[in-house]
Amino acid sequence: MMNIQVAERSVSPMTGHQSKGEPAVGAPVTRNEEAHHELAIRVRDLNLWYGQAQALKSINLDVYQKNVTALIGPSGCGKSTFLRCLNRMNDLIPGVRIDGLVEMDGRDVNEAKMDEVALRRRVGMVFQKPNPFPKSIYENVAYAPRMHDLVSRKTDVDELVERALRDAGLWEEVKDKLHQPGTSLSGGQQQRLCIARAIAVQPDVILMDEPTSALDPISTATIEDLMDKLKQQFTIITVTHNMQQAARVADYTAFFHLGEVVEYNDTQAMFSNPHTKKAEDYITGRYG
Amino acid sequence: MSQPFDEISAQLRRRHRKSARLKWISMGALGLAGLFLVLFFADMLVKGLPAFQQARIQVEVDYSERASQLPLAAVQENVRPLVSRGYLRLIPGRMDDNPELLGTTRMEWVLADGQVDQYLKGHHSKLRDSEQAVVDRLAAQGRAELRFNTTFFTRGDSKMPELAGIAAAAMGTVLTLLVTLAVSFPIGVMTAVYLEEFAPDNRVTQLIEININNLAAIPSILFGLLGLAIFINFFGVPRSTPVVGGLTLALMTLPVIIISTRTALRSVPDSIRHAAFGVGCSRWQVVRDHVLPLAMPGIMTGSIIGLAQAMGETAPLIIVGMVAFIPDVGGSFTEAATVLPAQIFTWAGEPDRAFIEKTSGGILVLLAVLITLNATAVVMRKKFERRW
Repeated sequence: MMNIQVAERSVSPMTGHQSKGEPAVGAPVTRNEEAHHELAIRVRDLNLWYGQAQALKSINLDVYQKNVTALIGPSGCGKSTFLRCLNRMNDLIPGVRIDGLVEMDGRDVNEAKMDEVALRRRVGMVFQKPNPFPKSIYENVAYAPRMHDLVSRKTDVDELVERALRDAGLWEEVKDKLHQPGTSLSGGQQQRLCIARAIAVQPDVILMDEPTSALDPISTATIEDLMDKLKQQFTIITVTHNMQQAARVADYTAFFHLGEVVEYNDTQAMFSNPHTKKAEDYITGRYG
Repeated sequence: MSQPFDEISAQLRRRHRKSARLKWISMGALGLAGLFLVLFFADMLVKGLPAFQQARIQVEVDYSERASQLPLAAVQENVRPLVSRGYLRLIPGRMDDNPELLGTTRMEWVLADGQVDQYLKGHHSKLRDSEQAVVDRLAAQGRAELRFNTTFFTRGDSKMPELAGIAAAAMGTVLTLLVTLAVSFPIGVMTAVYLEEFAPDNRVTQLIEININNLAAIPSILFGLLGLAIFINFFGVPRSTPVVGGLTLALMTLPVIIISTRTALRSVPDSIRHAAFGVGCSRWQVVRDHVLPLAMPGIMTGSIIGLAQAMGETAPLIIVGMVAFIPDVGGSFTEAATVLPAQIFTWAGEPDRAFIEKTSGGILVLLAVLITLNATAVVMRKKFERRW
């Protein structure tokens, strides 16, 4: 499985950002053979400040469609902050300043004309702690599609709820108790409900912020299998503290350190042959 | 070598003694507070319960031609001072309504004068000795007794204690509180929603916050002055009415509702907001569909407590003229009215001793309503409190 060609040049964002047409510095240079090559999100020279403190420093990253991209790195390295840049959840935090380009479907998501509600309709999110709405299982899934006017007829809603729950691998477990509160489920089931809620509006991208860190190993394995299945339909970007998880589920992995992307590569290449000392140290468990 | 247990225990003894002492002191404080409460309730009950009974006497009523002109003539001279003048005044009207009464003489149970009532209850009364003898004789014949006082719950104020009732004030309180609720609930909740969910955290909103918190601590009589200056003098709202009283109390209730609503909103976990934003809710949708429903029990509790506070308030209403003499039970927002605490205040100032029990009776009614309101708040909180 390690017969993938490894790039000669090491990847470092520190060589400075490049003009938009050229390949990004942070882009992986080797890829899975079967992987998609179309861009989902293109990030160029992204900087972010919390007040005076700079949390992201000149990030360049290309996210490929219908792949799982994992963001790894020690605590406080900016991976969650970066993730939230992609659906503008950082807008909710006062005192955040962002510059740089986050391009999706030919549009800068930070531009004034971009409606963050429209963006979040296409970029769904699953959070660290399962946070189903305090409503029934059915309502949790049906709420967003109804709100976005994707469906209105009762039968269509029923159908959509079933499909989303099936896709999230939860249907068989909850089909007889759709009208019980979402919070009555176990932690792992709740997280899959949150995934069903996110995919119910058919987004292009699903952001997952440490989706399994609050779950037991069995639930974690279920979610990982699910991610593997969902990447047929969606682009998945996940933050994880768990290196093995990144190695298991991700097609691409970006290693963040102190607000920078130190290395971004094909996961297998990254784990078998990291190009930077920092990434190697982190992956081999010498720190982090 | 570490210290042996006995030695450590010896050192600890003083600390244990101290905490035991503090425990006894605080239990004492609680006991004292409970004692005061019991004394207060006992006093109110002893003084107020008699107000729910009123003396009636059985006398011969002569519906003669003369009585229709001069009501006093309807009863015999010896019992005349014992019958309520308020009752006698009604006789000509009753004769007009029922012409067949004319010329008949009937034995009837009639409302006794307030002094007879006081005498029968064993209180000091202004009855002369001869009158007392008549009452004693009637009582011995079973023609004078204390009955349940429906008048107290069905009529407005009167200068005659036997006719004074709490109904006009109760109706005034209901109307006033309706105005207060209609004004302060939407404004208070929306203000809190804006401050908590929409407003940026800057100097201006901080200033507003501080002022709202201070507003809750302002002596209520100042709200009365504000109501007088703004609602009556500037906007020309008619004085003494439930509208102006309600608006004034709304000013007072607003900070309570705002503060409790903000607390309730703040207790909604951020994870719910993030979840809602994450599926593409606009800010208003987040608030309307997710935050407000979760915060509602807290908001309701705060509002009911705010209203209960407003209901017990007298000082600002004195300023806007709601301490009026209201003999008729009204039903309009724009007619002069009075409220329960103001009625109690008025009765407390009456020189006639018979009003003492009316005052206490009014307080019992007010307390009963307040306890009901607060109990409703507790029940609602328990009922709608959802753990998610």
